[in-house]
Amino acid sequence: MDLENQKRVKDFAEQYGPENVVVLLGAAEGEASGLAAETVTAGDPTYAGPLTGVSLGLTVYHVCEPEVKEEFDAAVYDEQVSMMEMVLDVDDIINEMKSIREQFCKYL
Amino acid sequence: MSILAGKKVVIIGDRDGIPGLAIEACAKTAGAEVVFSSTECFV
Amino acid sequence: MKAVIKGAGYILVHVPDMVLRNGTTQTTERIVNPDSEYLKELPKHLRSFEEVCSYWPNQVYIGNKTPDDLAALEADKVRGWADLKCDVTDRYGKFGQIMPQQQFLLLMQACDVFDLLKLDAGFVDKYKAEFAENPLITEDITARIPETQTEIAEIERLVKEEHSEGLYMNDVLVGCIKRAHDIDVNLSAHVMHENIVSKASSVLSILAAVKSTGIDKNEVEYIIDCCEEACGDMNQRGGGNFAKAAAEIAGLDNASGSDTRGFCAGPAHAIVEAAALVASGTYKTVMVTAGGCTAKLGMNAKNHVEKDLPALEDCLGGFAVVLTADNGIDPVINLNMVGRHTVGTGAAPQNVIGSLVAAPLEKNGLKITDIDKYSPEMQNPDITKPAGAGDVPLANYKMIAALAVKNGELQRADLATFPAKHGLVGWAPTQGHIPSGVPYIGFAKDDILAGKIKNAMIIGKGSLFLGRMTNLFDGVSFVIEANDGNNQAEGGVSEAEVKGLIAKAMKDFAAALMEQAE
Repeated sequence: MDLENQKRVKDFAEQYGPENVVVLLGAAEGEASGLAAETVTAGDPTYAGPLTGVSLGLTVYHVCEPEVKEEFDAAVYDEQVSMMEMVLDVDDIINEMKSIREQFCKYL
Repeated sequence: MSILAGKKVVIIGDRDGIPGLAIEACAKTAGAEVVFSSTECFV
Repeated sequence: MKAVIKGAGYILVHVPDMVLRNGTTQTTERIVNPDSEYLKELPKHLRSFEEVCSYWPNQVYIGNKTPDDLAALEADKVRGWADLKCDVTDRYGKFGQIMPQQQFLLLMQACDVFDLLKLDAGFVDKYKAEFAENPLITEDITARIPETQTEIAEIERLVKEEHSEGLYMNDVLVGCIKRAHDIDVNLSAHVMHENIVSKASSVLSILAAVKSTGIDKNEVEYIIDCCEEACGDMNQRGGGNFAKAAAEIAGLDNASGSDTRGFCAGPAHAIVEAAALVASGTYKTVMVTAGGCTAKLGMNAKNHVEKDLPALEDCLGGFAVVLTADNGIDPVINLNMVGRHTVGTGAAPQNVIGSLVAAPLEKNGLKITDIDKYSPEMQNPDITKPAGAGDVPLANYKMIAALAVKNGELQRADLATFPAKHGLVGWAPTQGHIPSGVPYIGFAKDDILAGKIKNAMIIGKGSLFLGRMTNLFDGVSFVIEANDGNNQAEGGVSEAEVKGLIAKAMKDFAAALMEQAE
């Protein structure tokens, strides 16, 4: 994850309390989703950014996951995101995200 | 219990997946407060 | 008046030492993690010049192989084309060439007009003859290399004491670029390095396009540079004119020019502008050019190293396209069919594709399936897939197909076959603006002239939000189509040329008949 984005995530978690922050991702693949999710939960797996060794354990979802999708206005989701469901491997993304959440999320 | 309502939401979109602004539009309808929205680019 | 595609030039420059020293993934890692395993491993993953020349996507880029050849290959599920050796390994192709690093350092020096680039005298002695023999390098460019070069001790001092940016060959210091000002950060050695690299690779692209189209350099009246760098000083950081700077070295004495920027969408914007300048009659021949980008070298190399792949982002890319007034033959840019991502379009992928693909076609009474080939972002999937960005061209084709289904122009059952039928596999390096639609223009011209396809849509998309000035996305598209032969510019083609073309066609026809008879 971009270093500036890591810094922002870290700052917001401190400012609002990690239990109040939810991260939403839009990554293009399962593996990339998993890496981003790992970064905001267990810490930066690439050892490059401000979240290296920082286990925030934030709640994190990909925007295409059913748990968050059902909370969105269906018409807005349809207009903004739905077409990409035909393009992305949503099942792979869901599996990766679930696995990371189960291991590292502290506020589920 | 809802995941997003009343929460501070940080959005990390992807240029080749779902861009930040598109996620932001969705998150707002779920009653979340979007505190940061960005889009990453790997190409 | 219409603007036609006269042709294009495409070049790659193999710069392994710049991957290590100038790519931002590596420079960042050196700051945050100087002892990392990655930095130790990366050099082992660099390819030799021969390996770069035998890599299939590179041979497609310079025109020795076609996108169809690439699509027909059986790629490994994980390693893609990385382990396949192309049967053509020529560094020269019909569109351009792959230049080795030693020659490029000399070309950079030829492009330096401020006495900033110092090279070791021994290095120059060793490679100057090879440089002069490069078919694109003219005598006046070779003549720009100074007779007197620098001793290595002085270069070492400049790097150590004067903030100069080192130039390396096989990890050995062979030169440097000095800062152009003691205080001005916009003229720092780092910025000058980035800009001279961009300029030099643009010069090479221009020369490649001149050669592949056969135009006279003096015909070019205007040139637009669409790379993603900025040149200027502390009073105007992006003051510009890479275009004229490169045209000067390339010898386009009759050209004026300017720069157009729009991140990766820059080239598509620039070509629409160039076509409009020709169509309006303002200029008869306009060139669009862009050099490569050092910062993006090895951008995804962490993932490549981790997956034991070669560091595939080891080449700078460059391209140049020549547009001229209608000659009745070459494919036309249809300016009535320009796709625009406007401020109000928004970021939703379906709106982006809708504005760039469906809207301009609909305006002209066409369906998505009426375009034979789409060339959106032609990034090589060998590079992007291991990095988690997926197969970018394929994702674009799926989006276009999904939109066609949504609009009732394509059966859902045909979703899966759309990418192969209307698309291409990606072969371009991830050099930002370089893969953005334009790599296909050279092939599109040939395919349309050969009657293989009747039209092609070129799509450029740009991540404007990376500049932190807006959260907007950007994009622009245009359609290249067969020339109907009407409305050609006055004097576009002489009677003799037409007679020659007819004679050639009849000869070919006769030869085909003879072959059949045999």
